[in-house]
Amino acid sequence: MKIKYQLFLFLLFVISCTSTAYAKLHIVATTPDLGAIAREIGKDKVEVTSIAKPTEDPHFVDAKPSFIVKLNKADMLIDGGLHLEIGWLPNLVTGARNQKILPGNSGYLVASAGIPVLETPTSLDRAMGDVHPLGNPHFMLDPSNGKIVATQICNRLCQNDAANCDYYKDNLKDFVTRLDQKLSAWQKMTEPFRGTKIVTYHKTFPYFAKRFNLNVVETLEPKPGIPPSPAHINHIIPMMKNEGVKLILIEQFRERKIPEFVAAQTGAKVVILPIMVGGLKETDDYLTFFDYTINQIVSALNAKS
Amino acid sequence: MKLFSCVLLVCIFFVESSVSFVYSEIIPTADKDSQPTDAVEGTEEGAKEIRINKDEFEEIVEQLQGMKELLLNMKQDYENRLKEMQEKIAALEKERTQTTDIVSQPASTTEAPIAGIEDIPMKKEEYDTVVEKLQKMESDYDSRLKEIQETYDSRLEEMQQKVAVAPQPASPETGTWSPEQPITLLSMGKSYMNISFNGLFAAAGSTAEDLETLETGGHDPNQRGFTVQNLETTFEGAVDPYFKGQANIIFQIDKDGESFLEVEEAFLTSMSLPLNLQVKAGTFFTEFGRLNPFHPHAWDFADQPLVNGRFLGPDGLRNPGVRLSWLAPTSNYTELFFTVQDSQGETAHSFRNEEALFGRDAVETRVRAMEDMLYTPRITTSFEVTDETTVLLGASAAFGPNSTGRDKDTLIYGLDMFWKWKSSYASGGFPFVTWQTEVMGRRFEAGEDVNAGLSDEVMHNWGTYSQIAWGFKKRWVAGLRGDYVDGEEEAVDPLGFERWRVSPNLTFYPSEFSKIRLQYNYDDILGSDSTEHSVFLQFEFLLGSHGAHKF
Repeated sequence: MKIKYQLFLFLLFVISCTSTAYAKLHIVATTPDLGAIAREIGKDKVEVTSIAKPTEDPHFVDAKPSFIVKLNKADMLIDGGLHLEIGWLPNLVTGARNQKILPGNSGYLVASAGIPVLETPTSLDRAMGDVHPLGNPHFMLDPSNGKIVATQICNRLCQNDAANCDYYKDNLKDFVTRLDQKLSAWQKMTEPFRGTKIVTYHKTFPYFAKRFNLNVVETLEPKPGIPPSPAHINHIIPMMKNEGVKLILIEQFRERKIPEFVAAQTGAKVVILPIMVGGLKETDDYLTFFDYTINQIVSALNAKS
Repeated sequence: MKLFSCVLLVCIFFVESSVSFVYSEIIPTADKDSQPTDAVEGTEEGAKEIRINKDEFEEIVEQLQGMKELLLNMKQDYENRLKEMQEKIAALEKERTQTTDIVSQPASTTEAPIAGIEDIPMKKEEYDTVVEKLQKMESDYDSRLKEIQETYDSRLEEMQQKVAVAPQPASPETGTWSPEQPITLLSMGKSYMNISFNGLFAAAGSTAEDLETLETGGHDPNQRGFTVQNLETTFEGAVDPYFKGQANIIFQIDKDGESFLEVEEAFLTSMSLPLNLQVKAGTFFTEFGRLNPFHPHAWDFADQPLVNGRFLGPDGLRNPGVRLSWLAPTSNYTELFFTVQDSQGETAHSFRNEEALFGRDAVETRVRAMEDMLYTPRITTSFEVTDETTVLLGASAAFGPNSTGRDKDTLIYGLDMFWKWKSSYASGGFPFVTWQTEVMGRRFEAGEDVNAGLSDEVMHNWGTYSQIAWGFKKRWVAGLRGDYVDGEEEAVDPLGFERWRVSPNLTFYPSEFSKIRLQYNYDDILGSDSTEHSVFLQFEFLLGSHGAHKF
């Protein structure tokens, strides 16, 4: 009886040892597109959880207690930085009590470090709306920023899991090659529309517009985070007519009424886009996400021209 | 020869300029425009997009300066030698032309100074050896330059790697500071502490003459007309790698226009104790039930629920103490809390409060042993019902001595539930529905008070509230709350009578940083058989850093 008991304990010990030896690296990403990149680099050696839902407004995410558990068990936290997560991440990290993912440790990665940040305000004034003090946080909408983030994630994975470093580096190389090919294809597709003037709902698309040479002339929001006002709409409609703006880009989660009204008045077309990987079934990774987005925009512009 | 020297010069220029290029571009300039970069193999191009912290930056600058100096020295040396060579070449060329042209061009006697050169006989072999020598030199310099470039490249790559793995958040340094620029002491992400100020005010109208006997909370509207409910300054930030600190200092103006100051909370929280433990120490709101730890501006209603005011006190249950919590290593969220705090004062309302409850006079009590402290265990657990729905359940108890006599104890126990639905396509956090309910019971050992003619007895009371908030449209929230508390013995006003209350309200949030709320309270005071109607208009503003929301 006693031997059996000891055997059982031994087995338990062996199982627990082997299970930790082959345990995947647990990564928590604040947004699904950061998560998608981590998945590209880590593949089956990592388990990735994203906090924000791909379909929701990433500025307002609930700090659900289940994420505390996820962060508690995480080996790595990928934070976008640039204050997109300021309203929900800090309490989760405090609750998680996990040394690994605290700032300054190898498990905490700020994805925006190394990104050429756009729209960094020179002064702060909330009368100008909810301006992000560190610059526009929607940097993942430029595929070449995805490359920078991928490199950072690869470096960090190598640091945290040196045994699989070559594997991660190969994945990175592969990902970058695929992305580069795609990027030139996308740029070829959008090239005929270089400089096309567009209107967006929120300042979500500056990185995207810059990469693909679109020109965002106005936002439906008068100021970041402030819903469209009648006065502002009355200003936008003639402006769009004058400038010949034929495209309005809005995020999935936005109300449709005002954009559609403006479109009807100006003859523009509203294109509803996912802004994060996974927002739609056909955008389940970083590359298909841009495939879908570029296709939508190009076909909308083609139909108009 | 000319071609060779040109190539060399171009090479030098290239190396030099790439050094100065990196050197200047590493400081993120206001215009961060850049061509597509290859983040993997990019050296110079990658470097100019990398943003780093100051220490590292300075280190790199130092290294680069060293390199630049080296290159400059080399250049100098090179140029000197080049000059020499050029002179030599010029001389040789001259000689050659002279020797070849000497036939056609009769030597002019006026060229006496140059005539000296003629003394050096120019031989074909000699010329060839010089050329050979120069060629050798060229390859030598080429290889040396290559070497320098290589070491430079590898060091740059190394630096890049370092920068890429540096855990620091992006710190946008917008160039060098000049005296004309304003000095920002407390900008977000650039200071050691986040500071915010919250102002919460209400205008009230009521059929009750004295709102203070109707409203149980210390921050509730307390009179007809205007009330300053809460002026709260919050300081918050990381203390060091081990602790996070927070302080909430409240300013208030009471009914009589007197300003006063109150330290609501000041505590530190451990960030990474082993075994999933966490310590909170200082003075803080007791982790009892759902609403108690929330500050007034985070409430869904203009006033606090009756049962909270009656059992946990007008200002909520809070005192100096220590809290230990343990996060269970389970797949769903379960956390155990255990709080030990002082049991005296008006912020421990049902305990050793100077104003004893149930008509008794307070007797002088003091802490004689560990059991005279206030203990509050709590367990809370959460699970996701669907992708859009989350439930948080909790059970708490608080026990400690009260001030109606020696060895008289109070026990408060409660259950709480919070349910939230939020759309997967939420914009600005809307639409959502929350439902929050708490039930509390209190067992109070009331001591004998001979003067008041009251005997030793045990009081049992209970109360509950349930509230729904519906964010039906972006920026708009409709709320409905129901309250019930049973009657206390020796009660003299609605604060102690059995009563129930219904409060519908509507809140408009112009932005995340402000709100306007209209609320109606229907009070049915069964204890005195009367009803009261009250209307509150509440408004709030928030200045400063953006605090994180609790779930």
